[in-house]
Amino acid sequence: MTTPKNYSYAKTHEWVQFLDEETAISGITDFAQKALSDIVFINMPSEGDEVTCGEPYADIESVKAVADICSPVSGTILEINEKVEEEPSVINEDPYGSWIIKIGHISAKDDLMTAEEYDRFCEEEEQ
Amino acid sequence: MKLVFERSIKGTACTLLPPNDVDAYALPEQYQRKLDLHFPELTEGELSRHYSELESNAFGVNRGFYPLGSCTMKYNPKINEECASLPGFAEIHPLQPAYTVQGCLEAMALAEKLLCEITGMDSLTFQPAAGAHGEFTGLQLIKKYHDSRGDSKRVELIVPDTSHGTNPASASMGAFKTVAIPSKADGLVDLDALKAVLGENTAGLMLTNPSTLGLFEKDIVEIAKTVHDAGGLLYYDGANLNPVMGIVRPGDTGFDIVHLNLHKTFSTPHGGGGPGSGPVGCKAFLSEFLPLPRIIEEQGSLRFCCDSENSIGRVKAFYGHFLVMIKALTYILTLGKEGIPYAAQNAVLNANYMMKSLEDLYTVAYPGRCMHEFVLSAESLKKRTGVSAMDVAKALMDHGMHPPTVYFPLNVHEALMVEPTETESKSTIDAAVQVYREIYDLAFSNPSLLHEAPVKAAIGRPDEVRAARNPILRHSFSS
Repeated sequence: MTTPKNYSYAKTHEWVQFLDEETAISGITDFAQKALSDIVFINMPSEGDEVTCGEPYADIESVKAVADICSPVSGTILEINEKVEEEPSVINEDPYGSWIIKIGHISAKDDLMTAEEYDRFCEEEEQ
Repeated sequence: MKLVFERSIKGTACTLLPPNDVDAYALPEQYQRKLDLHFPELTEGELSRHYSELESNAFGVNRGFYPLGSCTMKYNPKINEECASLPGFAEIHPLQPAYTVQGCLEAMALAEKLLCEITGMDSLTFQPAAGAHGEFTGLQLIKKYHDSRGDSKRVELIVPDTSHGTNPASASMGAFKTVAIPSKADGLVDLDALKAVLGENTAGLMLTNPSTLGLFEKDIVEIAKTVHDAGGLLYYDGANLNPVMGIVRPGDTGFDIVHLNLHKTFSTPHGGGGPGSGPVGCKAFLSEFLPLPRIIEEQGSLRFCCDSENSIGRVKAFYGHFLVMIKALTYILTLGKEGIPYAAQNAVLNANYMMKSLEDLYTVAYPGRCMHEFVLSAESLKKRTGVSAMDVAKALMDHGMHPPTVYFPLNVHEALMVEPTETESKSTIDAAVQVYREIYDLAFSNPSLLHEAPVKAAIGRPDEVRAARNPILRHSFSS
């Protein structure tokens, strides 16, 4: 699966796509969904919750493990993707098309990677 | 196999009852059921066969090797059962007056004293029903301690990334915030990472020592000092006490609170054979916060003390699982002061022997000496053959042995966590090693056989994804 060029990536394997200066959507990467295997549940945050760079805002459960999902930016959750909440397996099928939260009033960003940098980062992780 | 409802034959029963000579009484309309209850109808013989079939489909430590990592599935000696079924213990009622159960209270007081001696604690409660309940109770002691000092901002509990899932879960239940710290490359607690998160919000650190990686935290004394200096308390998760019991006392290394799993370390039945028991011990400065009732001695006799201003209150009815405690006490007295460390040493010896016998094939996640358990990684096996840790685990079932813990700890990919315990003989371990080696060879020669395993177990490979996504949680009756 190709890593979308117009997204940015966190070391904790989340992607973020900026819609404008202050708004973005975020989800987990193909690497993350593969490592988790079949996803069965996401414990979603609520709209209006504050998120902080690098801090978990949800937990995701697969048949193998439970993991935190961290936010690549600081801001406020404007919307959660109800489709992903109802049927979390869509993340396995289309990780880059399945955003989990929409964040607004973004005040800070994590040290994010480009698609190229992220691909290299994943290669190193694999070894 | 058939469910008990599917075995049911209308009109059969276990017992012939005499005709009812009591007048029927009809409940008011609104309390009456609209539908009949579904009771299975079986003869006693059929019912007995049903349970025997269930038993034959289950796997226990009495059936075969059960090296489930971090669960300490040691053999449960029969003498424990014998002592627990003595009428003086088995036929009492928790509401009997204290003067009629002095022997039972004495047994409890003795068990408390011995477990305090083993853990280096000053007081101990037997109330918690099992391990996670013990964690919850222990964390309430931490909360109460900070509250009693008016220190209400201490809401953060630190856990290493190798911790048991119950640690963060108990922290959440206790309204704490969990802060996870990464381990160093050698699998041990990273002191710098710990220092970076310690502060005025730190309530304490929860630690399992040895850790889930089977490694002893060598820096434990310094870790304890660092946490104490920051105003936090140290919580010992007793899941892995087995390899150090009678050798290292958590209290001597700086821990303030300990929970034990009698159903792991002290040989009482575990899993479906329970119930468990998760006593919590603490240092003297925390004793006043322990749950009630507590056993006290007054004018030469023992009684339950039910009032203490600072106690966190009750965490369970009465005094916990009394007969489980009797079994653990029997175990401790049977092994004695020499036997307990000897059992621990043999647990370590068995684990190291088995690890060494497999290290040329499976990757040992943290090479070097292990304690009671070791973690293998099937990551390279999976890359080369497509055979995963899960496939290996399922294949082991076809050989009449229980798989190890898989996919845990989370920081090891394709993890297989093996804990043979001290109660297995060399020949059992050798036979198991032979099976692990055969499975490894099969992964290269015929991996598809391993993807299909188990074929000889009571059930084949369940569809875990479907079970998690669309669980069927109750039986549907056709009529």
